[in-house]
Amino acid sequence: MNQNKRDWEVQPPFLYPEYKSTVLRAPSRPLVPLKHTLSELTGPVYGHDLIRPYDNDLTLNARVNGAPLGERIIVAGKVTDELGRPIPNTLVELWQANAAGRYVHKVDQHDAPLDPNFFGGGRCLTDSEGNYKFYTIKPGAYPWGNHPQAWRPNHIHFSLFGNQITSRLVTQMYFPGDPLLDYDPVFKGVPEKYRHLLISQFDLGVTEQDFAIGFRFDMVLRGDNETPFENR
Amino acid sequence: MNQEKLYQTPSQTVGPYFAYGLTPEQYLYNFPSIADGNMIINEAVKGERITIAGQVYDGNGQLIPDAMIELWQADAEGNYAKDLSLFHGFGRLGTGTLKDSKFEFSTIKPGPVGGQAPHINVILFMRGQLTHTYTRLYFSDETEANDSDPVLQSVEENRRNTLLATKTIRPDGVTCYVFNIYMQGPDETVFFDV
Repeated sequence: MNQNKRDWEVQPPFLYPEYKSTVLRAPSRPLVPLKHTLSELTGPVYGHDLIRPYDNDLTLNARVNGAPLGERIIVAGKVTDELGRPIPNTLVELWQANAAGRYVHKVDQHDAPLDPNFFGGGRCLTDSEGNYKFYTIKPGAYPWGNHPQAWRPNHIHFSLFGNQITSRLVTQMYFPGDPLLDYDPVFKGVPEKYRHLLISQFDLGVTEQDFAIGFRFDMVLRGDNETPFENR
Repeated sequence: MNQEKLYQTPSQTVGPYFAYGLTPEQYLYNFPSIADGNMIINEAVKGERITIAGQVYDGNGQLIPDAMIELWQADAEGNYAKDLSLFHGFGRLGTGTLKDSKFEFSTIKPGPVGGQAPHINVILFMRGQLTHTYTRLYFSDETEANDSDPVLQSVEENRRNTLLATKTIRPDGVTCYVFNIYMQGPDETVFFDV
């Protein structure tokens, strides 16, 4: 059995000069092909005791003296392979800025307030149907130094570890209708036709009555190399 | 299965602020890490104790202080761990906490895996990388096994040394394999289309 390779039609290139940091950090030589072995088709196993109560609730997991400020939201979705089959037990890790657009990270010096009741990190494992769910605060936009008037659109960072190291994914989820997306070289590093895959959908099914609006963000990891019904 | 194929979710950079989410304990944030630089869970695990140390360099030869490195390796018998009792086989470190942007993993030397030379799978993430890179670490003192390793032999001869970690014995007696990663330049590390 083999796993599908990264789909370079969909994935961003290493070198994308509009995103300036890629220039000195992109490999300059072509990747060397590698036929998958047991080394690539295995991956770390995690126990359920890894996840503590409230690790998937960023509105609760760092409270000191009250609720975090900002718009409470729910982000939920399903992790599947390319044939739509759910991938249970995927480790989903998430980190994000607070409502004011400030990260807890010590390196972040943006002049926006930290929230003593918000940390911005969380994690969970997908259930038997590949589903995950987080409660959090909608992250704010923030400036960065890539070019004049560079602002990152509102986004949430995701890290996924499925069953094999080949399906490893680190990505960012964006919000529908964000005007900053048109100017963001990180987002635009993805070929235009596939950028929509990174934008979550407002979803009444995820929304909880009188509590918080919901966004749906499904993620697709590389699957086994069977020949699917091609229709693309 | 009569179903339309779905597109892979595109990758995005890990960015400069991953530390409190992915490597929190190493960076002294109050949140538990799922893995760190110590890959030995129980001292009862068999195998030669080794350290894997190195640095990551950009195209100007500057050290990269905000990269994240993940290792995935077999145990001394060449088996990948299926439980967490002795040896996880998985490690994760950022390059932002040690002097000179070093990373340093404590682990055991892996055994050969299914006809391959002992090796460690390396996944690399950083700001400025929209997609992560994969490479492999082989051991400089496994000459015979390396000479018959199908993956290593598939690499052009003059680039194979970029995948070899150099064995050194530290003054404190620790066996250390040094594995530096070069994103570009004459010594550019071989990255694989995994």
